[in-house]
Amino acid sequence: MTKPLIELIDIEKHFGPVIALAGVSVSVLPGECHCLLGDNGAGKSTFIKTMSGVHKPTRGRILIDGQEVAFSSPRDAMAAGVATVYQDLAMIPLMSVARNFWMGREPIRKFGPIKLFDFERANAITMEEMAKMGIRLRSPDQAVGTLSGGERQTVAIARAVYFGAKVLILDEPTSALGVRQTANVLATIDKVRKNGIGIVFITHNVRHAMAVGDRFTVLNRGRTLGTAKRGEIKAEELQDMMAGGQELAALEGSLGGTV
Amino acid sequence: MTYSQPQPQQNGAASVVELAKDERIKEMPAWRKALIRPELGAICGTIIVFAFFLVVARGTGMFAPQGILNWGVVSAQFAIIAVGACLLMIAGEFDLSVGSMIGFAGIVIALMSVTWGYPVWLAIIVAFAIALAVGALNGYLVIKTGLPSFIVTLAFLYVLRGLTIYGAIATTRQTIIGGVAEVAQGDPLAWLFGGKILGFLFVWLADIGLIGKFVAGPKAGQPVIDGIPMLIIWALALIAFAHVLLTRTRFGNWIFASGGDAQAARYVGVPVNRVKILMFMFSAFCATVFATCQVMEFGSAAADRGLLKEFEAIISVVIGGALLTGGYGSVIGAALGALIFGVVQQGLFFAGVESSLFRVFLGVILLMAVILNTYIRRMITGER
Repeated sequence: MTKPLIELIDIEKHFGPVIALAGVSVSVLPGECHCLLGDNGAGKSTFIKTMSGVHKPTRGRILIDGQEVAFSSPRDAMAAGVATVYQDLAMIPLMSVARNFWMGREPIRKFGPIKLFDFERANAITMEEMAKMGIRLRSPDQAVGTLSGGERQTVAIARAVYFGAKVLILDEPTSALGVRQTANVLATIDKVRKNGIGIVFITHNVRHAMAVGDRFTVLNRGRTLGTAKRGEIKAEELQDMMAGGQELAALEGSLGGTV
Repeated sequence: MTYSQPQPQQNGAASVVELAKDERIKEMPAWRKALIRPELGAICGTIIVFAFFLVVARGTGMFAPQGILNWGVVSAQFAIIAVGACLLMIAGEFDLSVGSMIGFAGIVIALMSVTWGYPVWLAIIVAFAIALAVGALNGYLVIKTGLPSFIVTLAFLYVLRGLTIYGAIATTRQTIIGGVAEVAQGDPLAWLFGGKILGFLFVWLADIGLIGKFVAGPKAGQPVIDGIPMLIIWALALIAFAHVLLTRTRFGNWIFASGGDAQAARYVGVPVNRVKILMFMFSAFCATVFATCQVMEFGSAAADRGLLKEFEAIISVVIGGALLTGGYGSVIGAALGALIFGVVQQGLFFAGVESSLFRVFLGVILLMAVILNTYIRRMITGER
């Protein structure tokens, strides 16, 4: 058994009197896609924000490569190899793909005391990394606004991978996408996973999770309802756990099919 | 479970070919691609304006050396403040205190040098220091309060103007302080703002008959142009600096990112607050350059100088293709916007048109520029 890249043990997070997380444990292995499922308000967002350094956990431990760490900012988490791709805040539409790709980490070429943005290198690497992910750009100057939602997610994922992410957190990457685009993003996840990167895939769509997931953890009302391996659990069971079981079963009956 | 796992691409080349053949994407003609740039509107405007005045004002001396210098100086004035406003607007903020800052910095220089007798170079340095501090305060308040910069700098528009008038009246009982030219004689720093360079070039041009000479009066025998004012040099230098900074450096990328989406920029580690505060300071710096040049040129400072300059700067920037919402724009465009301004303002004078019509022109061209820019932005981002 390989050692986990990141382990979160009994994470609790309280916001004043509200207990958002009441003891959540998740680990991510190299090259696995760990799906984190949960309905709205289950604590998914709070949990990934804790993992990516935005929130400090009230209780619990975070281990990276077996070492305990405490992130005080998202930059700390990024430095430790934990990168997050947010659903809507990934890219700036008016800027070019290359400018977005390198945003915050622009390559520099020195001319004496003057340091200039090395566009030659930036453009070449951007085109290369995009091609690896199967996205053909007209030019690296193309504005991100001209890309589809799925392509934008892919640029963000490629960026995180290129800058050395070991654990990649994807916050509902497929929730706003069409069928074809979703398939593209899932294919990207598969490619990234094959490079040995651990992926945390947050979604409330069981079918998307079943398509690429190796392990599944369901959150409900701030608690983990357990982690299951691929093949050990059926989509319907995941669906029931997410919704809290009984109510959905009743709903399903009245709607006459699967929700 | 009918949903199958997506097949990983077996062959990279095949997938590229497949992606290349999206039948719904029309080939974009090269000319249309060349059009998609922020400066397009300003380039068109510049051509139209020059064509217009070449026809209307040809015989008036507008395009004689003195005439060119005339609108060149006015355009340079607009350009200096437009450059500051441009970078700030791309970073996602406004500065409405530019005009008041011009009056304020001018009075600081005149008060210190004429009324209190300090050397002019010291007065200039102090004016710049205060202006940069006010710029930083503007930025700090915008960042810390989260209020729109429109409101914060509107407050400073009034605060600075009020302080300027109060300071001038309380110390000299006047709102105009003259006599700067006399105390600035031989000052090492004053020359940098009020001097002229390349005078010998114009003497030579006059000697070979390319430009005229004065035929009578105390200056008889001297060329009609005695050099290029430093104001124009400042404008060109600021344009070049800001253009390179914006398009060719890491910091320029941060300016675009801060204005495009501050939160997304923060997530990838762009120091958005620092970028914005520095841009407020740069805007104040440009206003002070304008003020210092004006004080040195006129030899006096007046508390009401710079009225409405903030709006003229913003209009230049918008004509130049920048978006009011930030994240997109061009320094070259803003400079062309300033050129359009200067040429039209002085051109109407040369053509003998009532100068109040200039304001009408401003309003109309502002609307046209915004409409054109909205259309260009849609082409760039592909939205409908």
